[in-house]
Amino acid sequence: MKISLRLTSIACAAALLAACSSTPSDQKSAPVDERSPLASTAASPGSSTSGAAGSGLAGSAIAPSSGVTSTSAPTTSQASGRNVLRDPASVLSKRSVFYDFDSFVVRDEFKPMVEAHGRYLRDNKAARVVIQGNTDERGGREYNLALGNKRAESVKRMLSVMGVQEAQMETVSFGKEKPRNPGSDETAWAENRRSDVVYQGE
Amino acid sequence: MDPGTSTGAAAAGAGLPGIMQKKMNWKNIYAPVFALLLVVCASSVRAQLTIEIIGGGATQTPIAIAPFAGEADFPLGITGIVGADLQRSGLFKLIDAGGARPANPQEVPYANLRAAGAEAIVVGSMASTAPGNVNIRFFLLDAVKQTQISAFSYNVSTQQFRTVAHTISDVIYEALTGDKGVFSTRIAYIVKNGRKHLLQVADADGYNPQTIVNSDEPLLSPSWSRDGSKLAYVSFENRKPVVYVQELATGRKQPIANFRGNNSAPTWSPDGQRLVVTLTKDGNSQLYVINADGSNAQRIASSSGIDTEANFAPDASSVLFVSDRGGSPQIYRYSFGSNTVERMTFDGTYNTSPRYSPDGKTFAFLKRDGSRFNIAVQDIASRQVQVLTQGGTDESPSYAPNGKMILYASVQGGRGILAAVSSDGRVKQRLSSATGGDVREPAWGPLGK
Repeated sequence: MKISLRLTSIACAAALLAACSSTPSDQKSAPVDERSPLASTAASPGSSTSGAAGSGLAGSAIAPSSGVTSTSAPTTSQASGRNVLRDPASVLSKRSVFYDFDSFVVRDEFKPMVEAHGRYLRDNKAARVVIQGNTDERGGREYNLALGNKRAESVKRMLSVMGVQEAQMETVSFGKEKPRNPGSDETAWAENRRSDVVYQGE
Repeated sequence: MDPGTSTGAAAAGAGLPGIMQKKMNWKNIYAPVFALLLVVCASSVRAQLTIEIIGGGATQTPIAIAPFAGEADFPLGITGIVGADLQRSGLFKLIDAGGARPANPQEVPYANLRAAGAEAIVVGSMASTAPGNVNIRFFLLDAVKQTQISAFSYNVSTQQFRTVAHTISDVIYEALTGDKGVFSTRIAYIVKNGRKHLLQVADADGYNPQTIVNSDEPLLSPSWSRDGSKLAYVSFENRKPVVYVQELATGRKQPIANFRGNNSAPTWSPDGQRLVVTLTKDGNSQLYVINADGSNAQRIASSSGIDTEANFAPDASSVLFVSDRGGSPQIYRYSFGSNTVERMTFDGTYNTSPRYSPDGKTFAFLKRDGSRFNIAVQDIASRQVQVLTQGGTDESPSYAPNGKMILYASVQGGRGILAAVSSDGRVKQRLSSATGGDVREPAWGPLGK
């Protein structure tokens, strides 16, 4: 149940994202700024791909609403379902959405990943997910708990619109109680402003 | 309880059961001096929280507390605790009583103590009445008029010394300031030490900490029932936030809100029959009134955004709460009678954690200015706001039950600490855990009966 993706996993996911170049072009061309958790992994050993991730985000455009999956890994394979979810080569192995301060808006750069999970859940009706919302440490605990919930709900709403059944999804918030990065700077805060998609049995 | 049997059966609670009280005289000669209060304690191995005082009241009453006659015969004194209590309030200045140990007013060297600057004098005596039982008498005197303000006699067990000392401090404080003392109250708070999360209850001076809940998962938002018998709190022990109510006397606990999604932010109705909690069972965080046994959850103050952190008005007519319905987190008031919601805060883009003052006329809250989070108070009638703290990482305000002090959580040197500020901003205190770990989420308990 505990998801705790390691930094290296994030780096892998970042590398994947860069390699696939399948993200839609962002009209705002949202650069990976200093608040990006992808950039934050640059400091950790073995995460030398973060630079590539930064440049990779400007890849070729695919409409976010497109039903066509452009990831290299199949997302609908029943037989290899679990493997697909854990395969570093699949976008489905990427589970985290990151947010701006006091925001619950899913930034465009994370929509392809959320949509890939939506397709998987739609095609695998037995699959269940818990979407876990988190916040950075600033401000009161209860408001952060509510904000984390709103973040998780925003992801759930995207999945719901794609046709994922309500019974397949549950949201929960940890607020600022379970920071992935215990630091007290913008790098840590950016990493902690996050929703995680966690599959049942994980 | 038969007052004749007296003395020290069970350990006394706030109300000093089993103690024979004899009121000998009462006259309140000092007009209310100033508005402040005390909190926690100084050096002792038994204190889990230690306090550092910063600043003091503009007016401090000079008071001489002579060691009680016979006090040296007991391992734990009374007058040292009383002096520390009064000093921490920021409202008193201790005057050296010299070598005098008068047992009663007739022996008091008024001229000497007056010359030393004392305006008030405390004298008394302690004597064994039976093994383990002690008679404690004290007199509060007006040094200028040379008259008696107040006097009490207590028959207690030696186990009750701290309780008696705080009771004496409360008598002195109320007589000289006009406000109720809170030296005999308790505080609840969370200690996080590594993976361990402890919900603890301690005396208001930090002594006698007792662990109420011990969990490997986060605990937050302790809330006292108005009679002090129960604590509601949020625990993640089921891997998500669930609201529990626990009886302090028995330790019996019960989940009262364990719905799908999050359950958090409990606040007790003044009569202890209901709570308002935040639930996400229908999507975003919303407020629900729920019976104290967990039954009959009814949604109030509906919005399409976040509603959370309700706090019951002392008169039960309304709750203050936080909502982002206007685009940023602000404080609103929901009135039960009219079923209406009204916005209370307009200054700034982040105002959360509202807590009514005990008289219901003001509220304390968490205010963000730029990147700094500080504790502020707002007068409800005039809407005037005063920022009381400058910590920058402050949160979780909790009023003392006499309204004179606000306890809150802060961070110092990367460590979570508790701090307190007088409601006029003049007196500040810092409390930290002597045993390490982060201290947070303070909740000041009610006055004893």
